[in-house]
Amino acid sequence: MTSKVSSPAEQADEVNGSDEALVGEQRRRAGEKEIRRLDRVIIRFAGDSGDGMQLTGDRFTSETASFGNDLSTLPNFPAEIRAPAGTLPGVSSFQLHFADHDILTPGDAPNVLVAMNPAALKANIADVPRGSEIIVNTDEFAKRAMAKVGYETSPLEDGSLDGYSVHPVPLTTLTIEALKDFGLSRKEAERSKNMFALGLLSWMYHRPTEGTESFLRQKFAKKPNIAEANIAAFRAGWNFGETTEDFAVSYEVAPASAAFPTGTYRNISGNLALSYGLIAASKQADLPLYLGSYPITPASDILHELSKHKNFGVRTFQAEDEIAGIGAALGAAFGGSLAVTTTSGPGVALKSETIGLAVSLELPLLVVDIQRGGPSTGLPTKTEQADLLQAMYGRNGEAPVPVVAPRTPADCFDAALDAARIALTYRTPVFLLSDGYLANGSEPWRIPDVDELPDLRVQFATGPNHELADGTEVFWPYKRDPHTLARPWAVPGTPGLEHRIGGIEKQDGTGNISYDPANHDFMVRTRQAKIDGIEVPDLDVDDPDGARTLVLGWGSTYGPITAAVRRLRATGTPIAQAHLRHLNPFPKNLGAVLKQYDKVVVPEMNLGQLAGLVRAKYLVDARSFNQVNGMPFKAQQLAHVLQEAIND
Amino acid sequence: MTEALSLVPKAEAKQSMKDFKSDQEVRWCPGCGDYAVLAAVQGFMPELGLAKENIVFVSGIGCSSRFPYYMNTYGMHSIHGRAPAIATGLASSRRDLSVWVVTGDGDALSIGGNHLIHALRRNVNLKILLFNNRIYGLTKGQYSPTSELGKITKSTPMGSLDAPFNPVSLAIGAEASFVARTVDSDRKHLTEVLRQAADHQGTALIEIYQNCNIFNDGAFEALKDKEQAQEAVIRLEHGQPIRFGAEGGKGVVRNPSTGDLEVVAVTAENEADILVHDAHAASPTTAFALSRLADADTLHHTPIGVLRSVRRPVYDTLMAEQLDTAVEQHGKGDLAALLTGNDTWTVVG
Repeated sequence: MTSKVSSPAEQADEVNGSDEALVGEQRRRAGEKEIRRLDRVIIRFAGDSGDGMQLTGDRFTSETASFGNDLSTLPNFPAEIRAPAGTLPGVSSFQLHFADHDILTPGDAPNVLVAMNPAALKANIADVPRGSEIIVNTDEFAKRAMAKVGYETSPLEDGSLDGYSVHPVPLTTLTIEALKDFGLSRKEAERSKNMFALGLLSWMYHRPTEGTESFLRQKFAKKPNIAEANIAAFRAGWNFGETTEDFAVSYEVAPASAAFPTGTYRNISGNLALSYGLIAASKQADLPLYLGSYPITPASDILHELSKHKNFGVRTFQAEDEIAGIGAALGAAFGGSLAVTTTSGPGVALKSETIGLAVSLELPLLVVDIQRGGPSTGLPTKTEQADLLQAMYGRNGEAPVPVVAPRTPADCFDAALDAARIALTYRTPVFLLSDGYLANGSEPWRIPDVDELPDLRVQFATGPNHELADGTEVFWPYKRDPHTLARPWAVPGTPGLEHRIGGIEKQDGTGNISYDPANHDFMVRTRQAKIDGIEVPDLDVDDPDGARTLVLGWGSTYGPITAAVRRLRATGTPIAQAHLRHLNPFPKNLGAVLKQYDKVVVPEMNLGQLAGLVRAKYLVDARSFNQVNGMPFKAQQLAHVLQEAIND
Repeated sequence: MTEALSLVPKAEAKQSMKDFKSDQEVRWCPGCGDYAVLAAVQGFMPELGLAKENIVFVSGIGCSSRFPYYMNTYGMHSIHGRAPAIATGLASSRRDLSVWVVTGDGDALSIGGNHLIHALRRNVNLKILLFNNRIYGLTKGQYSPTSELGKITKSTPMGSLDAPFNPVSLAIGAEASFVARTVDSDRKHLTEVLRQAADHQGTALIEIYQNCNIFNDGAFEALKDKEQAQEAVIRLEHGQPIRFGAEGGKGVVRNPSTGDLEVVAVTAENEADILVHDAHAASPTTAFALSRLADADTLHHTPIGVLRSVRRPVYDTLMAEQLDTAVEQHGKGDLAALLTGNDTWTVVG
């Protein structure tokens, strides 16, 4: 029997422009549970910081990726490693949106909430629309635990969850029961309850399970009993779904084959893609990679990842502070390495003086800023785009630095290669501005063919480049390439090119110390001209309907903005979209593009930094739409704002 | 020449001091102690016999940090206090270079104190020349972290309130594997210390007492004036009894009850108890005690020479070995395999 039903994803955030997205099919074989087909699902796992929700989400994501769905994830966790148990600030969650077609965001609102305790329910319920499914761990809904988060009566019984499809499951008890033969203490057994939940959800959504089982065996290779216990809990969760009447329906979300170009795919997070991009850049430039870094959230994973790949000739230096991290990187750049420093906003503040030195020395250096909420320590684990102006201007003197921003987690790979291209070609520090949302979020990535990667090889200086009036051949460290204005990169060890460089103003050409006023004026303008002249591709505008309003974004807002644009177009509203990868210099056609539209709307996760830049540079009346709550935009909210701007 | 520099290419032809002089006019104040140090370093370099393109001088900010401009080698005049960090990146990525850091008491011990202690504990292959004149010269005469307590300067008209650092004690406390002290005007001694530092594997810290004749003239007069120096300077030589003063009439002994070191008049009875200097002692205890003998105000009983020189693993060597080990264990990195990973799916058109 097959019939059309409305899918629980009805309230999902993206519309492809047809009703198909809202329609599923339903199957039931004799004696078996009903299976419904969905086009997309948004699941949020929520629990205590210690409940293993990030791991659970990661595993479900891996299963989903290997199944071939398109997906997008949003991990959301507190800065404290173990916040007080059972409290609202201690809630950690992981949202996953997966679909049988191309999607762009982790989704606005979950269709399914897994709440491991009362705090997780309370902290998340406002985001969950009525009609959604809620799976709660009833074992944790004791009076005291509920009182701790302000529930005077049990939300499971007082009717406050009316309209939701609630599945009460004693997850803890069931897990302990399933593991009773493993000889584990109650506390040890309880820890596997996240795997029980994962098993249950894996059954509900027909996820492949081999990956998780082999993952657990590998993770607990030294504790095989714990590995088997987790696998047992995982299987018990699966079996519970299959046998319990409470779960009458399971769901299928077909692979998104049609949405993807031919190729081999993997799931990848932004920080992993960025790390791989750096290794690839080193390989393509044929230069050893040197990372000088100091641990900071949410950038540390790049340090962790690169330190695993020493067999690529990657040197990772965990410095005593942020300043030493970039200092060591700059020293390595002087020596001919592809040098990188990774950090977040507070670290950039500390590195500013050294970035200025790199501007003056004109050496290639990648400064990776994984932006987080600021100012000061701010919101270490939440996302924000408020370091744009710091990257642009946060130094003394006229110290222009190119700025490159990835738009999705997988795009961090290409952006890293592009930033390396600019640094190496123009001999300049380059900012790579990612953020917490890209860093920790993940999506499918078509693995590139390494033969298709750009050639980044550079030519070190090998001999004299200037002839003095008397005919003597000399080496001038600041004699520039007339096309790029880059100066020669003469690395120590090259005979005859011994030279001294420093942060004091240098004479054009010779590089000798110069306090000459006219020379300084010339050098300031020349350094600016070099950055202004960097070749970046023209801005692409997506405008199929001849719209009068343009939405302009940069960085990680690409997903939500594009989803919002799709929504508007699905309702017949024309809107144009453009997204900047290069914030400095801007694409040459940006001014012309902006002037083609009656209205320009710039959504940003700051108080209008890009909007200010384009207003100043192009004298356009760009309107800002801002959100600085540590979370990415929601597509529905953006669609509403854009619609209002169009109607205005 | 030495094991420490075995990876650095040798010069093809014999070098002279002239080869190490750059074409830049030296711009320190006339009479500055920096001239003497520059001449000593330029004079010593040919002895190393290294290809000069493989020598790099890195400095921070301050009078002494102009040093790299005057050396006809590669050089970087960086920013205040950061030279050890920058040099660490260079030395740890290029083991074929001989990397020297030139810094001062303000640069190394005030704004750059953190980088200095961490370079020392890591034991990166760097030779750090710390020009200590006990004053800020380039900013025109404020007290420094080595100025004596109560120092009257422009910023401390009623006397400074800060207790000074003893750079040698600090370095030993920071796990330095080589610590020496010398004086700008004693070219022979300075050169001998440079020789031993160059020969050392790992970070070498050389504190050079350097006279600022403009803002702190005569700060080390007690060590330079022939008559005073006899009583003030303790010349350390590895394997020799620690004696000084007129005809070696004074010596250093260990107080058997406190374990501390003290200066005594040498007599026939105590001559056998005079401490024999062991720069290679595994424990830093005695070197530290020696560094504390000097009186911070009068500089009497100031030990000069190599206080400590021990072998321990060198950071850049360890780093290079890890890279080799990783290749042995996993093979040379294969980019395509890395990007692919273990968990993929294929979409067929």
